[in-house]
Amino acid sequence: MDDCGSPVLRRLLEALPDAVEETHARLGDATARVGRSRIVEVLQLLRDDPELEFEMLTDLTAVDYLGEEPRFEVVYHLYSVAKNHRVRIKARVAEDAPEIESAVALWPSANWMEREVWDLYGIHFRNHPDLRRILLYEQFDGHPLRKDYPKEKRQPLVGPRN
Amino acid sequence: MSESNDPTTTRPRSLEERHSQRAVEYLRQGGDSFQTTRVDAVLNWGRKYSMFLYPFVTACCGMEFMSVAGPRYDIDRFGCALPRFSPRQSDLLMVVGTITQRQAPILKKVYDQMAEPKWVFAFGACVCSGGPYNNYATLQGIDTIIPVDVYVPGCPPRPEAVLDGLMKLQARVQAERVPAGGRHRETDDLPLQVVEKPVA
Ligand code: SF4
Repeated sequence: MDDCGSPVLRRLLEALPDAVEETHARLGDATARVGRSRIVEVLQLLRDDPELEFEMLTDLTAVDYLGEEPRFEVVYHLYSVAKNHRVRIKARVAEDAPEIESAVALWPSANWMEREVWDLYGIHFRNHPDLRRILLYEQFDGHPLRKDYPKEKRQPLVGPRN
Repeated sequence: MSESNDPTTTRPRSLEERHSQRAVEYLRQGGDSFQTTRVDAVLNWGRKYSMFLYPFVTACCGMEFMSVAGPRYDIDRFGCALPRFSPRQSDLLMVVGTITQRQAPILKKVYDQMAEPKWVFAFGACVCSGGPYNNYATLQGIDTIIPVDVYVPGCPPRPEAVLDGLMKLQARVQAERVPAGGRHRETDDLPLQVVEKPVA
């Protein structure tokens, strides 16, 4: 697979060639799509390898590609303060089993971002220490950033009784 | 009846026609140093020019609220200056900015904590109707949970519009009848639903 001239992708392909499904570096953003089951392995390598040293998870989010299979994509943006380089890692998650391994053990900052993805997309993070809704309330029904969530659906107002 | 035949418009009524015998005696003694009026009118006059407002500010309209409260537009000129940050001490609830589904029960609680008499000012499109947001998170107008006295649309409304809305509210306050011992306004219970659902 092509490393697109990125030293980060070259190192990743060298260490875990079978985990990577696709790479590109459009607009200068090195990106690798990896297998869902290999995600922790890949992230661990990116964090701990002396050539990579991604000690910072800047963002963790998801995309709903309704109509495609697998439907969801979880996206990680990593930054290395020591080496001043960035990479974007993606993993596809299917609709019928929307779950992926949690990255909290690697970067504690993943905690709230994974809760947000769970809240709004309904993607379950295995081994997350405290996977509760973070923006909405527990009685909220559904995951509103899924493309098939009915936009005009009204949820019950939940609050203290007066 | 045509206007020219109406005696009240063609000729000013005399003191005797307008007031009781006793009031006329007083008036003749005191010249024009006092007037007679209704209790309602005096009370309402006091109320409309001494409103303490509660700024329930949640979003971008707050900037325009600061503008109208600041010295250039100066809402103080209209007797509505002093923000109270306790609902128990305020009589005008200024709801400024987007109200989300999660914020709605809090707004309702603040409204219920205010002492009578109280009025509600809907400041901005979001508060009036949900404004630009028709989605899972936004309440589609606060009048779905509390009564509103004046709506000032705009995203955000200009300060002049807010002052105009305030003056309209004051005209409305002046016209109110103060009920004898009754509540100023009925408060409906918020359609709060405490859903019993196991947490996943
Ligand atoms: S009406 Fe416009 S300016 Fe005011 S809170 Fe809503 S979006 Fe913001």
